[in-house]
Amino acid sequence: MKKEDFLSLLVLIFLVVLLPAISGNTYTLTVGIFSGINALVAIGLCILMGYAGQVSLGQAGFYGIGAYISSVLSLHAGFPVVISIICGMIVAAFAAVILAVPALRLKGHYLAVATLGFGEIIYIILNEWGPGGPSGFGDIPHFGFLGYAIDSTKGYFYLIWGIVAIVMFFSINLIQSRTGRALRAIHDSELACNAMGLNVAGIKIKVFILSAVYASLAGSLYAHYVTFISPSSFSLFYSILVLMMVIVGGMTNLWGAIVGAVVITVLPELLRKFEELDVLVYGLILTLSLLFFRKGLVPILIDRIKKLRGFAVAKH
Amino acid sequence: MLTVFLQFLFSGLTVGAVYALVAIGFNITYNATSIINLAQGEFVVIGGLMMWFFSESLKLPFFVSVALTIITAGIVGLLMERLTIKPLKNADLLLMIMITIAVSIVLRGILMLSFGKEPYVYPAFTEGEPVNVYGAIIQQQALWVIGITGFCIVVLFLFFKKTMMGKAMLACAVNPTAAKLVGINVSQMVMFSFVLSAIVGAIGGMAITPISLMEYDKGPMLAVKGFCAAIMGGLGSNRGAVLGGFLIGVLESMTAGYIHSGSKDAVALVILLLILFLKPSGLFVSKTMLQLRKF
Repeated sequence: MKKEDFLSLLVLIFLVVLLPAISGNTYTLTVGIFSGINALVAIGLCILMGYAGQVSLGQAGFYGIGAYISSVLSLHAGFPVVISIICGMIVAAFAAVILAVPALRLKGHYLAVATLGFGEIIYIILNEWGPGGPSGFGDIPHFGFLGYAIDSTKGYFYLIWGIVAIVMFFSINLIQSRTGRALRAIHDSELACNAMGLNVAGIKIKVFILSAVYASLAGSLYAHYVTFISPSSFSLFYSILVLMMVIVGGMTNLWGAIVGAVVITVLPELLRKFEELDVLVYGLILTLSLLFFRKGLVPILIDRIKKLRGFAVAKH
Repeated sequence: MLTVFLQFLFSGLTVGAVYALVAIGFNITYNATSIINLAQGEFVVIGGLMMWFFSESLKLPFFVSVALTIITAGIVGLLMERLTIKPLKNADLLLMIMITIAVSIVLRGILMLSFGKEPYVYPAFTEGEPVNVYGAIIQQQALWVIGITGFCIVVLFLFFKKTMMGKAMLACAVNPTAAKLVGINVSQMVMFSFVLSAIVGAIGGMAITPISLMEYDKGPMLAVKGFCAAIMGGLGSNRGAVLGGFLIGVLESMTAGYIHSGSKDAVALVILLLILFLKPSGLFVSKTMLQLRKF
């Protein structure tokens, strides 16, 4: 792990521990929890998109699979929550394989529309045949582990951001490993990778599974936290939202996924006071940030810091 | 039996006509810029709602309203290209797609502020009894929708084949650098492609509103369906877009009628996935053509 990433991880953990102490009100923490859940999905998409160069507009599908499988198993089959979450992740992984094997031969717009189609099909299945249909169902058990149930907002905040930190640690290591270098190589030239003897298709499918598992985990956590789910949370709109998070944060940097997730989750909350105008203002902010911060917030910030350091070195 | 079948067929063709127009809109901008403009659905909504505004709210005569609606849509397309697409020149393709999504959110916000959330409708273009075909009832407006779509297709075909400007636009699609070298103003052609696609979308919206009503948030679903139609026919091929649009429309209405109304959207998508996996270039674009494309 590089020094910068290690420091950033420490800063993240520090902030997570600090936030409930500074602003202990439930509202702030709730927004924080949703940011964390979205960050998990965004990290997966960031690896898939920013590093492996594969677009996905179907992350909401995996997110929905995680939420539904884990809720149904824990509510109706009486599985412990942790086991149901793992089951959700396994189902999502299988779904990812089924989608990835034919889809990853596609490129650009075609891959985008194939994943979009997959996400929409999951959405329609949940809508038509999911328990409760379009109105969803409730009474989903809270997250619990070895007899300890978490039901306070603060508890969930620590749980979810703790998981984000672990996932982030794992992902950073992955990206700096041999597989990570292979991913970036695939992004640059698939042809060259094939020539070097890399199993391009295999690596792509693995990354796709990884992003699906992250999304599924996030979906399960969402379901057990809110204790009520309905298909509308897993529509195409969510996939687009996650894509937006990754791009606004900067898809060439994993930290961008977290920053983007927080920005895109917090923004609509800040815009509440505009009432009717909120959709318009939200759209305008997105348009302007895409126009003026093309590379994304985190890469731009890094450039700035590098420049400042350059000045400091020059002065000496 | 036949009556019911025909009824489903015609309602499918009517919806399919609008999908076809949206798909053609996608193709026009895609051909000139390689961008998928996901705000395409909003152009349809603008068509329907502005037509209501001019003809019902301002009580302007029919043809004046049509003309003003087309002009409004054209201006929206023009502003979109000049303000967001042109400044991003040569940016990452994904960023281009995202910015069209962002623009579509802005447009939805403006539409919601000016029209509210309720659906709008105005009378059909011609009054009169529905047409009876072997017992199937076809509203006159449905014939208008299909007729107008056919008219647009013919006009666009002639435009791209016979006029200097149309040929210049096609040239930009094939090779922008070469087009520049022979003196075609590529930037202008890109701008014009957005205007044209906005107008085509708005025409679809104007025609379908008396049948299916129009509200501010119909755009995304129309865009998804139109996008599916465009992909199904092979991105960039207008002939494919038309067939794809009608195919999706008919499949949807048949599924809704014969199988299960809730799964009509799923069937179109499943077929789309099958086509993508089995023949990714779409039904009407050859593999070689696909390889020539940037995306």
